[in-house]
Parts: sequence; C-alpha cells; structure tokens
Amino acid sequence: MTLLNKTAVELQSLLHNRELTVKELTEESLARIAKLDESVQAFLSTNESEALAQAQALDQQPLEGRGPLFGLPIGLKDNIVTKGITTTAASKMLANFVPVYDATVVEKLREAGMVIVGKLNMDEFAMGSTTETSAFKKTYNPWNLDHVPGGSSGGSAAAVAAGEVPFALGSDTGGSVRQPAAFCGVVGMKPTYGRVSRFGLIAYASSLDQVGTITQNVEDNAMLLQAIAGLDPKDSMTSPQEVPDYKAALTGDVKGLKIGVPKEYLGEGVSEEVKKAVQEALQKFESLGAEWEEISLPHLHYAAEAYYVIATSEATSNLARFDGIRYGYSAEGVHDLEELYARSRAEGFGREVKKRILFGTYALGAEHHKDVFVKAQKVRALIAQDFAQAFEKYDVIIGPSSATTAYKIGETNKDPLALYANDVLTVPVNLAGVPAISVPCGFADGLPVGLQIIGKHFDEATLYRVAHAFEQATDFHTQTPAIREGK
Amino acid sequence: MTTMTIDEVNYLAGRIRLGLSEDEAATYAEELGELISFIGKLQEVDTEQVAPMTHPLQMINVLRKDEPVDVLDREEMLKSVKEHEAGQIKVPTII
Repeated sequence: MTLLNKTAVELQSLLHNRELTVKELTEESLARIAKLDESVQAFLSTNESEALAQAQALDQQPLEGRGPLFGLPIGLKDNIVTKGITTTAASKMLANFVPVYDATVVEKLREAGMVIVGKLNMDEFAMGSTTETSAFKKTYNPWNLDHVPGGSSGGSAAAVAAGEVPFALGSDTGGSVRQPAAFCGVVGMKPTYGRVSRFGLIAYASSLDQVGTITQNVEDNAMLLQAIAGLDPKDSMTSPQEVPDYKAALTGDVKGLKIGVPKEYLGEGVSEEVKKAVQEALQKFESLGAEWEEISLPHLHYAAEAYYVIATSEATSNLARFDGIRYGYSAEGVHDLEELYARSRAEGFGREVKKRILFGTYALGAEHHKDVFVKAQKVRALIAQDFAQAFEKYDVIIGPSSATTAYKIGETNKDPLALYANDVLTVPVNLAGVPAISVPCGFADGLPVGLQIIGKHFDEATLYRVAHAFEQATDFHTQTPAIREGK
Repeated sequence: MTTMTIDEVNYLAGRIRLGLSEDEAATYAEELGELISFIGKLQEVDTEQVAPMTHPLQMINVLRKDEPVDVLDREEMLKSVKEHEAGQIKVPTII
C-alpha cells in the first residue's frame, strides 16, 4: 500500500493536518520510480535534487493559500518543455536539448505548487501508438510486462498505473492520451482544442495537438485540468471562454442524460471483449437513469485516412525547424550547409518520423495537394459535421477508447497499416476538435478496457460528470496492477 | 497497389533536406506506396460542395496589442547552439 493510492483530496488533507510533508510525499514518489521503473521503464529522466529542494521549500509555505494540488508529485511527457530540464521528445534529435523556458502548462503547475518529479517516455515526437518508436527505450504495461502501455503518451499512463506518480500530463494528437489511458486502466482526458495552451508543447500536428491529463480517478483529473486550462496569450488558438469549476460538476447525477452510441464504434475490428465491456457500461448508465440510442456517424469510416494526411502534412512543416543549427542534434564533419541539414536530419530522426514527414511532403506537394491534402481537409469538415449533428440531439457520444486491449510488445511491427486503422476510434475527436475522456470499464485477460466519452466543444464539465458517475457506480478504478502493490 | 519509385522517394527527401541511404529509400518506396493506397479511400467521398476545414475552431483575427515584453535571454539561448561567435550562430559554407 502506497501513499500514492490516495486521491488528491485525501493527500491534501494529510498535508493540511501536518500528518505528511511534501518532502515525504516527493520521496515516496521518487522511491517508487527507482524501484518499479526497473521493470516499467516509464521515465526517461528524474528530477530528483530539484524536486526535493522544491518540496522542502513548499513545506515552509503557510497552509493558507495552498491550492488543491499543492505539493503533489507529477510526471510530464517528454515533449513538454521544462526550463533547465532536458526535454527530448524521445528523439535522438533532442537527446541533449535543455530548454530555456517553461511551457505554459508547466508554469501553471508550478504556480499550483505541484512538484515535477521527472519526464516520461513516449513515441518519438509523439508519432506512434505503442511507445515503441522512442529512440531511447521501450515502456512496459504495468498490468502485464509482455504488453505495450499504448502511446504515444505510454510513459505517462504507465507511470500513473504503476503508482509512481498520481498525476501526469500527456499530449493527444490522434488518441495519444486516451488510448494509453485505456491500455493502462487509468483516466485520460483530451480537452477541447483551444482549452489548454500548446505553448511549449513540441509540435506534431498543430491543428490537432492538445495537452491532456492522466490520473488514477476522475476527480483528480478534473482538478488537474482546472489547473492548466484557460486562455494564454502565447497560444493564439486558446479560447477566451471561461473555465468552469470542473469539480463542482461531479454530482453523480446522469438522470435523463442522452447518449448516442455510433454503430461505427462497435463494428468490424472491435474485439468481442471490448464490445461486451462497452455494452455493460451502457446498461450501467441505463440503471443510473440515462438513455442511449444507436446512431451513425457515416464519415468516421474515412477518419483514419484523413487523419494521416493532415497529421503528416503538419508534421512535415513543424519538424522543418530541426536543421542541426540552432539547437538539437548536429552532424559532425560536414562540408557545407546542405550536407549539415541532410545528415543532421538523417542521423537525428528515427524511422517512423522519417516515414511520416516523407508522406507529408508527398501530400503537400503541388502535384497531389488538391487530391490528397485538400481532399482530407474536406473529409475532415464532414466528420466535424457528423459530430455537430449528433450533438444537436445527444449530450455525449460513447464508445470504446480502443478496438482491443494492449498489444504485445513487438506485435504491431508486422502490420503498421493495421495499427493506423486502429486509430479510427480516437482520431475523429481530434479532427473535430471536441473533448473526450477515457475511463476504465472492464478487463479482458487481465488487461484493462477503456470507455471513451466524447462531448461538445468546451463541455469537459459534462464529460467529468458522466465519467465520475460511472466510476462511482463501478469498481474498475479501485483495481490496480499486481506490480503496483509489490506482488 | 499504388507504387512509388525510389527516385520519387529521393525527390521527396531532397525537398525536406533529409538524407536517405539506398536501403532506406527502397523501404520507404514500398511503405509510402502502401500508405498512398491506404488513403485512396478518401476519393470515395463526395466533397463537391464541401469547404476544406483548416482548423477545429472558428477563430478569426486573434490580435494583441503590440507591447514590448520580456524575451528570452540571448546568452541562455546560445547555450544550445553548437558554434557561435559574438552573439551570432556559425554555419558551414553556404556557397
């Protein structure tokens, strides 16, 4: 039993009653990382001395004025820049990159008094869904070490599932928070595009990227999003809409809630165990007084294809900045500038990244621009329209977060296209820019299944209310991997 | 199955200043060909009357006042640079 099994509210109460210090809590997190990460391998680096110094300083602060997350440990996906702490995006290109500024979300976490204990493994530049494209190491699923944690925020989800940290940030461009949260049996939120600042998030695809929150339970998640959401002058796409009180939304009441269940989300390719868990979840919602109906979002059929065109095209442009000159990997022994570019990028980028930026170059090229890139943007509009129409009638849309439970390590290398096609349950949400949360809803062969609840633009409060009501009516969130309890 | 030639891959790589070995070019020719077939399904969709969606939110002309603010320290930034001199970044021969 670890302290980190407690919720943020419980931990805050212990801190407030002087039964626990921030230093003790930070030490507990660091000790668990040292022990459990030998097998889970979620962290790329820890921030031990700075975290302990910060913890001691926080312990000196008066009890008055401490917020709900004060003194609590958090891990950050390694594509979120941290001043003075190496930030690699799990790429050789940035292996030695030490940022000179903090991402806006990091500034906000520091203001909230959270302690950053380390940086988490991910797919290189967030391009992947297993964390296997990391240039540095593989991360293993705490529920079964023969399986991947999902990706690209695999380190974030695995660290929370293993009880190394109770909080983590990830990023979600096409499912990279929700799918690993589902694979690791934790709660993962992809907020509305524009709800959270992207300033200091190393860009993959700018019209899709959003920072997301990963936690052990829905209440913690709501509190973490509360801390990082809101307008940021440094990200002109953040919304001026007021951030509501998410915790106040956790009423447990879903009576009369109207749920749409797209038949495309329970169709071909979705495993029987996953379908069964989702159907049982829908029965649970019925018993809580909600109503559900099968609906159709016909253009979801084309979402994976539209997503890969748009994401790779934007990536081609975003990754052009890695040129071997101002920062990042720089090839040795070059003769001229052209060679410096070509070799720095050849030696610094990994296989999947090269493939995606080459494909993006194809999609953006004048020869194919209209038929490929613009075509995908038009299909994107139709997908967004499908969601908008569904939300005229329904409060939320529900389906699985992933078609299957976590893949075996190495399993997906054989058929990358099948892996891309699996993203069809998560990418539509990014294309439409709407929010979605994954909560645990069952198990199959000892591996967790995630329920995906999708909402209207800027309606995270409803998602938290619905996810919380489900969580409180079930016991999936109380089950933890054996490794976590030292078994 | 759509195919892509090794020459086409090398052309794409040249445009984004990405060095590729012969083996890599051959592998990517095959994989990009598969990807092009994969996205071919998009052509089934009737998009005649549809405007392309460039962004998830309809936000127009996000402006701010042109006021000076603190900027990053040049000395700090130059710590990430491999070679620099007198506050300038050095690069290999251009011409």
